[in-house]
Amino acid sequence: MIDVDLGDLGLDEGGHLLVQRALTASPQVRVRGTAPTLAVDLPAWCRVRGYAYVDNVIARVNVDRTHGAERAGSIETAVELPPARWGLAARGALVEAGAPSLDLPLAEKRELWADEAARLYAQAAAAQWDPATAIPWTAPSEHPPEIEDAIVQIMTYLIENETAALLVPVRFLGRLHPHFREVMQLLAIQAADEARHIEVFTRRATLHRDVLGLSTAGGQASLATLFDEPDFAVASFLLAVLGEGSFLALLWFIRDHAPDACTREVARFAAQDEARHVAFGLAHLARHAALDPSLLGRLAAAIERRHAALASTAGLNALVFDALVLLAAGSWEPADLRRGHAAVVELVREMDAGRRTRLVRLGFDATTAERLSSLHTRNFM
Amino acid sequence: MKELVLGAVAYDAKVVPIWDGFREWFAQRGLPFDYVLFTNYERQVEAHLRGDIDVAWNSPLAWLEARDLAAKHRRRADAIVMRDTDRDLTSVVLVRADSAIRTLADLGGKRVGVGAADSPQATLIPLASIAEAGINVDAVKHDVLVGKHGDHVGGERLAVKALLAGEVDAACLIDGNRLAFANEGLLAPNATRVLYQTGAYDHCNMTVLDGAPVVAIERFRELLFAMDYADPAVRPLLDMEGLKRWLPGRTSGYALLERAAASFVGGWIASR
Repeated sequence: MIDVDLGDLGLDEGGHLLVQRALTASPQVRVRGTAPTLAVDLPAWCRVRGYAYVDNVIARVNVDRTHGAERAGSIETAVELPPARWGLAARGALVEAGAPSLDLPLAEKRELWADEAARLYAQAAAAQWDPATAIPWTAPSEHPPEIEDAIVQIMTYLIENETAALLVPVRFLGRLHPHFREVMQLLAIQAADEARHIEVFTRRATLHRDVLGLSTAGGQASLATLFDEPDFAVASFLLAVLGEGSFLALLWFIRDHAPDACTREVARFAAQDEARHVAFGLAHLARHAALDPSLLGRLAAAIERRHAALASTAGLNALVFDALVLLAAGSWEPADLRRGHAAVVELVREMDAGRRTRLVRLGFDATTAERLSSLHTRNFM
Repeated sequence: MKELVLGAVAYDAKVVPIWDGFREWFAQRGLPFDYVLFTNYERQVEAHLRGDIDVAWNSPLAWLEARDLAAKHRRRADAIVMRDTDRDLTSVVLVRADSAIRTLADLGGKRVGVGAADSPQATLIPLASIAEAGINVDAVKHDVLVGKHGDHVGGERLAVKALLAGEVDAACLIDGNRLAFANEGLLAPNATRVLYQTGAYDHCNMTVLDGAPVVAIERFRELLFAMDYADPAVRPLLDMEGLKRWLPGRTSGYALLERAAASFVGGWIASR
């Protein structure tokens, strides 16, 4: 038996910590103290804890909550298939048995993991930018009204594509086992990136106009095939590797051709973020493909399926195509339009080349990569 | 084995998962078991006497009601099991720290906040103890879920809030809730004083009447006693029901409530 003296500290002021600490060291503890309510509180506290109490002496009864508890893996390394019963517990935490099993169907490491996730997350966290200060919103713009109309149409198109890029990963995020902490954090910060992109594109579109451009049925049909895709690998492949990869080229194009500093910066900042999204998609799919040789076939089939589904749609919004030509031309002069048109054709070629490079990085041979890239949606995303 | 049917009062939504969990646990161990929920203890006691249920999870007041009603019909009631937390409770009367009330005698004529009218711990026992000391007070009831015998802690919380707001001069509650309310932040340390603490009393028990299915009841008792807090399948049920282990029932701890019921509840038994 050991004695613990609480002085004037009451059990309603944290005194129970001293008592509990003493009970950890000894099965029997005599408690002394001068707090006015100690005589009332001590027996009541013991009753709730299941301890025996007689005349200021507490006898510990083993009511250990950690019996049958298990470690949720190790802090450093994610396991291959974390059980649902680990639930929301931190990786490496001691999890009491009997916790409810959560519905976390995205729980297989090979389907989602990339060793680069932690680094990409850290990069993303460090590279967050404030739309209010990063973009020169008040920079002078002297381009003609019709070029501004073209910018508004392009922004309208970007917003709906970025909305898809936000919602598609978030739907998987809600099903992802939080054991894969780095991937969860990365998808979350990607969503924050897209939220910011939606903000700046909206703000740029409405800088000089109070109505937005056209959203086409064909464009939305293309995005709907992403939105409805239930498989994480396929969705990530179509969205990140092919869609956002193509978008990178588009954002650089806008950065290079926009007439005003504001539009150029909006595109440049968004492109920096998108590059990380593409990097993660490539990294986890390359790892997945190395572990599961059947994956590439599934991905190829997904492109073909999507191509077939979109065959009857109009593809890229013609207004967007024309707006890009006009943006690159910078005027209605025929020579400028010829140059602008050539630039957009070159953009489409660059997008194709980028897709083929990434497909080869995932393990497709060059011929297959060329064929699959050509089947990618004409909507770019 | 015939299915054993338990009656319990639905004082909170958690009562359903508690007894669903028990039912599954009993079934896995070969005891066919089901339960019926009542909105109030009086209805449960009547159903018990009628034979609708085999065992009743009774509040202390419901135990007295069942025992006396059984006796009236020349039958016998037994308390077979109780929680470790059902033994040796006390109630306390709190006053504000700066109150001029120093002794129980000072409480004479004052407004005393209590819980539900039928709460043994927050109303009947403390008021009876005060009355037995010859003090007359003006009891201010906080009727939360009457018929549930104060199982819901809301009445005590309202009484304490009334005390802190200066609407009453004292408040009655179960000893453990003083600490619980302190942890909630409702009661700041040293904001109140314990003016009076009642003698010890017991709380709920599992009640059976003569003629109950002996084998099933015995198996029920064995299984309850076998429940181990270390067992993760059982622990959440015990946590929700507020115990670490089941103990044999005893009837030695109801004298205070019996006197209180006689003085405050009046002719409720005679009326049946």
